[in-house]
Amino acid sequence: MRPVVSPSPHIRDSVTVEEIMYSVILALIPAVAAGVYFFGPQVLVIIAVSVATAVATEFAAMRAMGRRFRNDGSAILTGLLLALTLPPTVPLWIPAVGSFFAVGIVKCAFGGLGHNIFTPALAGRIFLALSWPAIMRTWPEWVGPDGITSATPLQLWKHQGVITSYAKLFIGNYGGCMGETSALALLIGGLFLIARRYIDWKIPVSYMGTVGLLMLLLGQDPIFHILAGGLMIGAFFMATDYVTTPLTGRGRVIFGIGAGVIVVVLRMFSGMTEGVAFSILIMNAFTPLIDRFVRPRVYGVGK
Amino acid sequence: MFKRFRGGVRLPHLKPTANIPIERAKPPATTVVPLKQHVGAICEPLVGKGDRVRTGQKIGDSPAQLSAPVHSPVSGTVVDIRPSPIPTGEEVPSVVIESDGADEWMEMVGIDPEKSSREEILARIREAGVVGLGGAAFPTHVKLNPPKRVDTLIINGCEGEPFITSDHRLMVEQAERVVEGVRIMMRVCGAERAVIAIEDDKRDAAERMREFEDGRITVALLPARYPQGDERHLIKALTGREVPAGGLPFDVGVVVNNVATAKAVADAVLDGRPLIDRVVTVTGEVRNPKNLLARIGTMFSALVEECGGAAGSPDMVIAGGPMMGVAQWCDVPLIKGTNCILLTRSRAEEERDCIRCGRCVDACPMGLMPALLASYSKKRMFDRCREASAMSCDECGCCAYVCPSKIPLVQYIRQAKAFLREAKK
Repeated sequence: MRPVVSPSPHIRDSVTVEEIMYSVILALIPAVAAGVYFFGPQVLVIIAVSVATAVATEFAAMRAMGRRFRNDGSAILTGLLLALTLPPTVPLWIPAVGSFFAVGIVKCAFGGLGHNIFTPALAGRIFLALSWPAIMRTWPEWVGPDGITSATPLQLWKHQGVITSYAKLFIGNYGGCMGETSALALLIGGLFLIARRYIDWKIPVSYMGTVGLLMLLLGQDPIFHILAGGLMIGAFFMATDYVTTPLTGRGRVIFGIGAGVIVVVLRMFSGMTEGVAFSILIMNAFTPLIDRFVRPRVYGVGK
Repeated sequence: MFKRFRGGVRLPHLKPTANIPIERAKPPATTVVPLKQHVGAICEPLVGKGDRVRTGQKIGDSPAQLSAPVHSPVSGTVVDIRPSPIPTGEEVPSVVIESDGADEWMEMVGIDPEKSSREEILARIREAGVVGLGGAAFPTHVKLNPPKRVDTLIINGCEGEPFITSDHRLMVEQAERVVEGVRIMMRVCGAERAVIAIEDDKRDAAERMREFEDGRITVALLPARYPQGDERHLIKALTGREVPAGGLPFDVGVVVNNVATAKAVADAVLDGRPLIDRVVTVTGEVRNPKNLLARIGTMFSALVEECGGAAGSPDMVIAGGPMMGVAQWCDVPLIKGTNCILLTRSRAEEERDCIRCGRCVDACPMGLMPALLASYSKKRMFDRCREASAMSCDECGCCAYVCPSKIPLVQYIRQAKAFLREAKK
């Protein structure tokens, strides 16, 4: 027998890419359930189209590049996340086009999992919002604070100065994207990921903390701004995407603070009401720079 | 109470031989004694083909300061001097001795360390061929004679890698001898205090060692966390001091020695006994895993036979532990630095693309960014590797251990280090 020779270490922790991806998918199930509960079974159809397109696109792109397709869960996750950022009223070609763009252009054209610069689901959402703004701004009707409304809490705040109640924002029975309305559902998933150490608490805490603090300083209601809109799904599930965020703890805090500042600037001083997607994409672009300059202190150096 | 070192990982407590007493292995019929088993200069053989030797007789030595002599582990006849592969992966000239089965020893005379000078004791330690038995095999007489004043002697009983239990058993069974060695070491290196560091998965060893605590020698029970047994991190955990990059422990007033080395020092000084055997854990997929007191130069195959042979179908033989041990490609002799022989099955794991999860960065005890170092190394951007302190890597393996993409990070960093070392010349 010829013994096998391989470099140390000879044992490995059991964690795999698949385990991580499917855990994040698992953590999104409360948000999916809340979406179905508040907006109806159409939510599941949109998710199915989005996920199927994402996986099919990845399969085709990998084939086209002569690489092996591997269902590691990352395409499913991108499809799912994209669907959750869409209004529940969109026609079915919207998730299909969005997923195709997210996986085909934003992820695979840059080299596939691990090589993309921007968070695919968010880039897909932005692509849809810029291309079909009317469709992406149509919300289901809800009984709002002053009668029937088809606006999101952030739109009500911006245009009418109306603050939706915390309880409503926490539970999620108001108009918005399929997966972003229920803070409770997102919190359950996010805390699960933090407890199991799949994501670093530093990003959601620094991100939401910065938004809350700056809004307070600007005389706004900080709790409202943390609960309303896409901040929570962004903070727990988008800004924690490994590939497009910094490698170090300190880098992640900088990422979170930067994204938080951008959200506040956009919500307060631009025509936009939301700002979460742009804030994360802009910070994605800074990630290589942050990793270049924000590094841990090397043992035995500079102390 | 203790400072925690940065990063590290919690490894599974897999030590099936922890409660198995040390057993004496049969002196083998043929031994292969490499003339270099240590850090430093290779020894010149002092014997020739056909010479008769006795157990404990010096058979190789070097005039270099950084070296350590080697001794015959059996009595018998020198049949050959030829290059042999050794567990570190090198190939070095080795003295092959056919045993006569009599195990006839050289005469041994100890000295009283209280009545001897520092120099006399150091000469004894050198003459007995004592080197660091934790794996690195640095000559002990050099380590105990630091060019700077030291105040603390740390005795390393961490043994944090899975499977290895040789130091654990030594502490449980020969605590007194270990402490005798510690006292001699303190006297020689001038340290006022000695701390015996033991991880909390070896409470029985700590209890035994505690019986010998006095004002100057204390036992520190540390929470188990790999690689605490790496001297740089152990120093940090116990004293809060940090060895400067490129420096050595004496730069921060510390000398670190392994428990088995302390025992070998006691044997060398008190009994005049050279280092011709050591405790080695033979474990993994063997029929009866054991802690063997085996003669240096015994072939690995003979030690595995001593444990009833392989069980299951291992296809790897590792010298050392699963984190830092070296996979062997052929049968090799036991050398002074070998604390474990592990038989295991290889895992065919495909390397995937880095998903930048940052687990390696969190795990690196040196504060490096292994994912970046590996990607630079892969692209042959070695100047970037140097900039990112690749040379500080101790190859502890934490990064590759935690990597979900199963990237052999340590190997990429090793390649960068080798290139940078070569470029420096």
